[in-house]
Amino acid sequence: MKAKIIVTPKKAVLDPQGKTVQNALEQMGYKGIGAVHVGKYLEIDLPGADAEVWRSQIDGACHKILSNPVIEDYRFVIE
Amino acid sequence: MPMSDPAITPELVRQHNLTPEEFDKIKGILAREPSYTELGIFSVMWSEHCSYKNTRPLLKTFPTKSPRILVGAGEENAGIVDIGDGLAIAFKIESHNHPSAVEPFQGAATGVGGIIRDIFTMGARPVCAINSLRFGPIEAGAGAAHNRRLFGGVVSGIAHYGNCFGIPTIAGEVYFDPSYEDNPLVNAFCLGVLRHEQIARGAAKGEGNPVFYVGPATGRDGLAGAAFASRDLTEESAGQQRGAVQVGDPFMEKLVCEACLELLATDAVAGIQDMGAAGLTCSTCETAARAGTGIEIELSLVPQRAPGMTPYEIMLSESQERMLIIVRAGREDEVKRIFDKWDLPWARIGQVTDTGRMVVKHNGAVVADIPARKLADEAPVYQRESREPAYLQAVRAFSLASVPVSTDPAADLKRLLAWPGIASKNWVYRQYDHTVRDGSVVCPGSDAAVIRLKADSLPPGSANGSAVEKYIALTVDCNAAYVYLDPYEGAKIAVAEAARNLACAGAVPLGTTDNLNFGNPHNPELFWQLKESVRGLAEACRFFDAPVTGGNCSLYNQSPNGPIDPTPTVALVGLIEKREHITTQWFKDEGDAIILLGDVIDEQDPMRGLGGSAWLQGLHQLKTGQPPRCDLEKERSLHNTLRGFIQCGLIKSAHDCSEGGLAVALAESCISQQIARETPRLIGARIDLSFAVAEATRLDALLFGETQSRVIVSVAPLDVVKVVERAKILGVSAVKIGIVGGGELTLKAGKWEGKWPLAELHDLWWNSIARAMAL
Amino acid sequence: MNFAVLQFPASNCDQDALHVVQNVLGLSGRFVWHKENSLAGIDAVIIPGGFSYGDYLRTGAIARFSPIMQAVREFAVKGGPVLGICNGFQILCEAGLLPGALIRNRSLQFRCEHVFLKTVTRQSPFTHTIPAGKILRLPIAHGEGCYFADDPTLEQLEKDDRILWQYADDNGKLTEAANPNGSLRNIAGICNEARNVAGLMPHPERASELILGSTDGRLIFEGLAGWLEGRLAKAA
Repeated sequence: MKAKIIVTPKKAVLDPQGKTVQNALEQMGYKGIGAVHVGKYLEIDLPGADAEVWRSQIDGACHKILSNPVIEDYRFVIE
Repeated sequence: MPMSDPAITPELVRQHNLTPEEFDKIKGILAREPSYTELGIFSVMWSEHCSYKNTRPLLKTFPTKSPRILVGAGEENAGIVDIGDGLAIAFKIESHNHPSAVEPFQGAATGVGGIIRDIFTMGARPVCAINSLRFGPIEAGAGAAHNRRLFGGVVSGIAHYGNCFGIPTIAGEVYFDPSYEDNPLVNAFCLGVLRHEQIARGAAKGEGNPVFYVGPATGRDGLAGAAFASRDLTEESAGQQRGAVQVGDPFMEKLVCEACLELLATDAVAGIQDMGAAGLTCSTCETAARAGTGIEIELSLVPQRAPGMTPYEIMLSESQERMLIIVRAGREDEVKRIFDKWDLPWARIGQVTDTGRMVVKHNGAVVADIPARKLADEAPVYQRESREPAYLQAVRAFSLASVPVSTDPAADLKRLLAWPGIASKNWVYRQYDHTVRDGSVVCPGSDAAVIRLKADSLPPGSANGSAVEKYIALTVDCNAAYVYLDPYEGAKIAVAEAARNLACAGAVPLGTTDNLNFGNPHNPELFWQLKESVRGLAEACRFFDAPVTGGNCSLYNQSPNGPIDPTPTVALVGLIEKREHITTQWFKDEGDAIILLGDVIDEQDPMRGLGGSAWLQGLHQLKTGQPPRCDLEKERSLHNTLRGFIQCGLIKSAHDCSEGGLAVALAESCISQQIARETPRLIGARIDLSFAVAEATRLDALLFGETQSRVIVSVAPLDVVKVVERAKILGVSAVKIGIVGGGELTLKAGKWEGKWPLAELHDLWWNSIARAMAL
Repeated sequence: MNFAVLQFPASNCDQDALHVVQNVLGLSGRFVWHKENSLAGIDAVIIPGGFSYGDYLRTGAIARFSPIMQAVREFAVKGGPVLGICNGFQILCEAGLLPGALIRNRSLQFRCEHVFLKTVTRQSPFTHTIPAGKILRLPIAHGEGCYFADDPTLEQLEKDDRILWQYADDNGKLTEAANPNGSLRNIAGICNEARNVAGLMPHPERASELILGSTDGRLIFEGLAGWLEGRLAKAA
């Protein structure tokens, strides 16, 4: 079982990386695309098969250390 | 012997880059057939990268001795030079060309990591880094986008590793030429500081002493990178290697460095060596060979990152940031305490023996058993065939008179300042942390960088009385176009220019480290380039009393499109006696007089300075003609005279004339001081070269010719006579050519007069590379 | 007066900070290892630059949980002065001792160059001796120095006079060109509500000696030392 966590910059935060990727895509001919946001993906191996056991711990870890709530949002699934 | 090992066939031997004769020699040494693991071990140890089998006879011609040399070339991982007061510096340059061609970011990053390890392995604290880079053209041409990607990747790789480790990257050079299009050059240099008694040795001394492995676990990274570096770069080899590129971890390196220096201060270490090229193989057999002992290791004790690694893979892996430490028996607990403090993995993997053999076991079974000395020191040595390259006939036949006289020298200067080879490299060095460690006295952007060494530049455990401040100047140079057009003269000029840069900063040379980047030595024409270059380097190093303390050979720098220009990169390190002698290249005060030390033009052949010049390359797309001559006697008098003036406090600025000649050097003296972001300090100059205009003199040759042995200095008005007259007595021509001041650069030569607003010159020079990179 | 310079495993400006404290200012100071949990006998704390724990997750993210940072928190609550430089600023923001966060430079590149700084307020232990109108010239060296906070936080910082330094040109004008990393409102350094905890991205410890080209950074350390002297005298 794995926790799959996605951390993205908050919408209000400058995302120069996303902007650069967007520009590059447009230059390469991928016209008409919208804003790009570059985030992080983390995978954590978890023992056992009961996702609920881990849910609050993973949420805590995301909030406390894996993301910075000032600049980032996160979401995750356990599967 | 593991069952899965492939049978040793002639084909397998060939794949290991070993000739049938070399294979016979191996069988002779072992008195039997080698095992698969042994074949791999011989293959890497006898590669050019580790054995210098093609270059050793040439390298022997380098001057390597001076009373200051404490550890000489080839003895250890890096040479060590005495700088007085019980202090010493360790420095070396090394290439990471092929890995950078395959994966520019990691290739360059691990290049930096490798050279930093070479320095702290000697017991020295690494205090600064410099580098020399070559790429294909970044502005125009079919490959420009690819070249920009390589250039950008290499620079950010160097920045990532050096910045995170916390070492200032303080100088460097970057050139762009089509010959490097598929084979960029990445030469990284590091310098460290220590006290004489702190020198550590890479020798496995003391029978029974335990052998420790320190650092991250071994994976399948960069398998046989040393062998990879010792063959031509092809699509196929690049593809094969991409999967196995080493990945650098500067954080780990920082921990390993601090822990090793802390451990060395305890006196518990009998020998230490990093695992660089050829990893565990090289470090074990070389330490045993140096000490005349044997070494025995058990591979199952080696920390491993990937499951199921074979002995062959473990022995040849080039996983980064690993060290081999031979500990004095009974002192093991100190090792454990220090490495635990730094949260670093360690393992005891074997011990020193008295057998003279390198014995490798895997789960108790012997997988390699080789006489260490024969493996490390008795690689075959080849006298390669050499022949003067055919292209040189065309070079010599080329007449500069066939190049049309410049119709607009004022525009030429602007184009030259914007030419990436000459333009400011701030796009590069602003990505490098060059101010960390509180020692950067002259930052990138002057002829030579200068660092201050102080008490905390030393490793821990240094005795008292080490607080004396020292000033070290560094530069790295090589005009490879000159070397291509005349390897002997070009190599001499590489050293002369480096020594001139040091003199401009006020420094006396201490030593040289060189990086010989050449093509395939089996090609007699390419080997001739190498041979001639080494002849020039050796002669010039001897002349400037700058013995070679070590270096690196990188051969096989070629792709299916051809070889690179021969590039013997030369890094010189010098000592500045006193703080007040430190000199920079930019003009200082309005009203100061500008004096040219050296000849305004090559009088025997006024056109000579244009051969191989930036003017010819950048404005006429021609890389031909005979390059300028370098008279070493004359060059040395210039350096001594200039240093003498600096030491008397007569010189306010000194800038050498190199690419782009007098005009570019003058412009740079006006525009190269940057106070802060977006804020240059511009200071104009009024120049009159009319005295040098003769009927036969072409203006372009006068302005942009690259005649050697010239420096532009500025002095207080009152000192002009003193400087000019004394220079003449010392045999150096000196003539006042202008005055500092005003808001523009003006240049008069007979009837012709050029005027340039400084802001425009600065913009072209400062921003051209950034503009090219934004294409 | 006793300074502590914190040492995380990959701090790399730790020696520079201690060098300035001891050899330039002539004060006493010592390193404090990140695994220690006490600041007993310490009068001021400097959190130096570097990459603390490699900073692979986010700059300063792991450092904030180290044992020594708990002690720093307690030290700050009691009014002890704490100065975070570069990575130290990032750690203080991650630890919640200062508001906002430092994100990737807008150029996406590491930047090492000198910048000009306008001192916005002299109401802090770190700025009180900087002459009014003096433009500081200090080096920066960072890849993630773009100061970010949401609008209410920025308003609050301004209202409370807690912005200490802003990137400016040599005349003190806040221009886009003078901003090396895209920081909101050109912010280079701020302090907390109690004004005893400050962070800045530029490196004053690299500009405290003439030989390094600027002594402007010294003003910050000298200001802090002077303020401490007053504080210690009052306590005695």
